[in-house]
Amino acid sequence: MTFAEIVKFIETKAPGRSSIIEGKEVVLVSPADWSEISTLLKNESEVDFDYLMCISSYDKGDNKTFGAAYNFYSIKRQHYLEVRVETEDGTTIPSVTNLWKTADWHEREAYDMMGLQFEGHPDLKRILLSEDWEGYPLRKDYKEPDYYHGIPVPKDKSYWE
Amino acid sequence: MDASLLERFDKDNIVVEKLDTLINWSRANSQWYFQFGLACCAIEMMAAAAPRHDLERFGAMPRATPRQSDVMIVAGTVTLKMAERVKRLYEQMSDPKYVISMGSCSNSGGPYWQYGYHVLKGVDLVVPVDVYVPGCPPRPEALLQGLLELQKKIKTETPLRKQA
Repeated sequence: MTFAEIVKFIETKAPGRSSIIEGKEVVLVSPADWSEISTLLKNESEVDFDYLMCISSYDKGDNKTFGAAYNFYSIKRQHYLEVRVETEDGTTIPSVTNLWKTADWHEREAYDMMGLQFEGHPDLKRILLSEDWEGYPLRKDYKEPDYYHGIPVPKDKSYWE
Repeated sequence: MDASLLERFDKDNIVVEKLDTLINWSRANSQWYFQFGLACCAIEMMAAAAPRHDLERFGAMPRATPRQSDVMIVAGTVTLKMAERVKRLYEQMSDPKYVISMGSCSNSGGPYWQYGYHVLKGVDLVVPVDVYVPGCPPRPEALLQGLLELQKKIKTETPLRKQA
């Protein structure tokens, strides 16, 4: 199926729940509708997205809009889809671990790096950084700490400055 | 053993030398190194240990535990999460122990020196370093030279005398 056909299919199954980001072949879904749309993408045999390739998280820079971009592929039907879920108030997005097992670690990474809260995730804790790390490093307003467990973090530039 | 020492085995297979020299000779030529790698430098370390470069002709063989190791080759990027583990592993090694810092990352933070929020800016912030091997990553020859420099350093020690 082409992108337009997939969008049309979603529109017939769940009218008015999704939109298209202008100039991109990307479907935008609000967190409130994401559980329904994701179930539809997984279970309806016409689209049949059995493979969640990646979850990327992003920060729009206005200090409140964070998003997750999901890349889907259907091995059976050989078509792709990108869905973005953006949250403005807070950072809570419904988890899709119940549909795609692979979302477990992807969501943990998004939580670790960007601080997105995935509602319904079985074990939402840091995956790369140590558990006592403060802050979410990929956020645009992140400041690196001066010390971590007594170890100085910024480079000592006194040798040449 | 030094060539000069070898030449003095002229008759009866007897040579007179300080005990310090004998101990240093054995220590310098049996540098069992701790077998762990942190990043791409570890690939070069493996290449140095493999037959083409053959670290073992200098008496350096990999050991999989800190308790049997004499040298820790810090090969790769030390993240802050790993820094504490590196320090603990160093403390678990028995004396005499030496550290070779291999590559730009463990020397000074490497390409992460400015924006690496999670990278230790030089392994010498957590453990004392004997030899720094520059390069990104260093070629096996460079690591070999680092090992030989460490041998030179060991041969200047006086293990039987009290430290001042």
